[in-house]
Amino acid sequence: MKNKESGMTLIVKMITRLTVGLILIYGIYIVLRGHTSPGGGFAGGVIVALSFIHLILAFGKEHILAKIDENKGILAASLAAVVFLTTAAYGFGGRHSPALAILYDIALAVMVGVGLFLVFLVLVFSTEERAKV
Amino acid sequence: MELHLILFFMICVAIAAIQMQDLISAVISLSAVGLGLCLAFLLLKAPNLAITQLVVEILCVVILIRATIKKDLPLVRDGRWFFNTAAAFLFIGFFLFFAYSALRELPAFGAPLMRVSEWYLTEASSRTGATNIVTAITLNFRSLDALIEASLLFAGIVGVLAIVRKKGKVNEE
Repeated sequence: MKNKESGMTLIVKMITRLTVGLILIYGIYIVLRGHTSPGGGFAGGVIVALSFIHLILAFGKEHILAKIDENKGILAASLAAVVFLTTAAYGFGGRHSPALAILYDIALAVMVGVGLFLVFLVLVFSTEERAKV
Repeated sequence: MELHLILFFMICVAIAAIQMQDLISAVISLSAVGLGLCLAFLLLKAPNLAITQLVVEILCVVILIRATIKKDLPLVRDGRWFFNTAAAFLFIGFFLFFAYSALRELPAFGAPLMRVSEWYLTEASSRTGATNIVTAITLNFRSLDALIEASLLFAGIVGVLAIVRKKGKVNEE
């Protein structure tokens, strides 16, 4: 991180360009198939968050931090939490169905992914700034 | 047999993680413990847990490396080493004794005591349509567990964001 260019070397950036889409698609696949096959909302959400973390680590924080609004992220995570709580309460009343399970998984994935990504940003970059001062 | 090998490997790597001098080697040894746990879950036919363990372990290693690598933690070497070592051996002895006497009482693997577990083993796949029995149990019969776990994670995320973020610290300067 000592050079002026943001991010890592050209090799890492190229490999990231090739792989990050695959990681994102794999995360979405795991979310959508999670109610029957191994996987589920939790793991899929973390994989989606990891693809964005991959981008940030490879390309540097300047491009990406400019496009991120922290309040919108917290709002999305909270809305997703409300959605999965309602779905769970609805299913707890005995009206269980596969569509409900998929909705639950998607909401859980959004909550976990957005939340863990924000935690990563806040923990890593705020501690780095504090170390500089 | 493979399970015992993996557990032995995990214990060795955990001891190595404690004894490492610099921080990055310790973090990477710790991630090897997580990898061993992931392999153990795969051997016990729980790919659901293995995926989650692997992914969360990667996230933890990334956060640990980026967040702790620039801080130099001082090592404390002098002090009451005799008392510390004696206490450590005492507690290890206690733990091994109680673990041995507790593990002898457990039923064998795959031979459950309760009728509920037997019902899970025979009926879970046909009742839920899930392809893996661990997935069927954790996502259907024990779904309340997963729900409360997710709520706990949400509370943790909100707590970290409220404490560490930069906004809201206007009065500090």
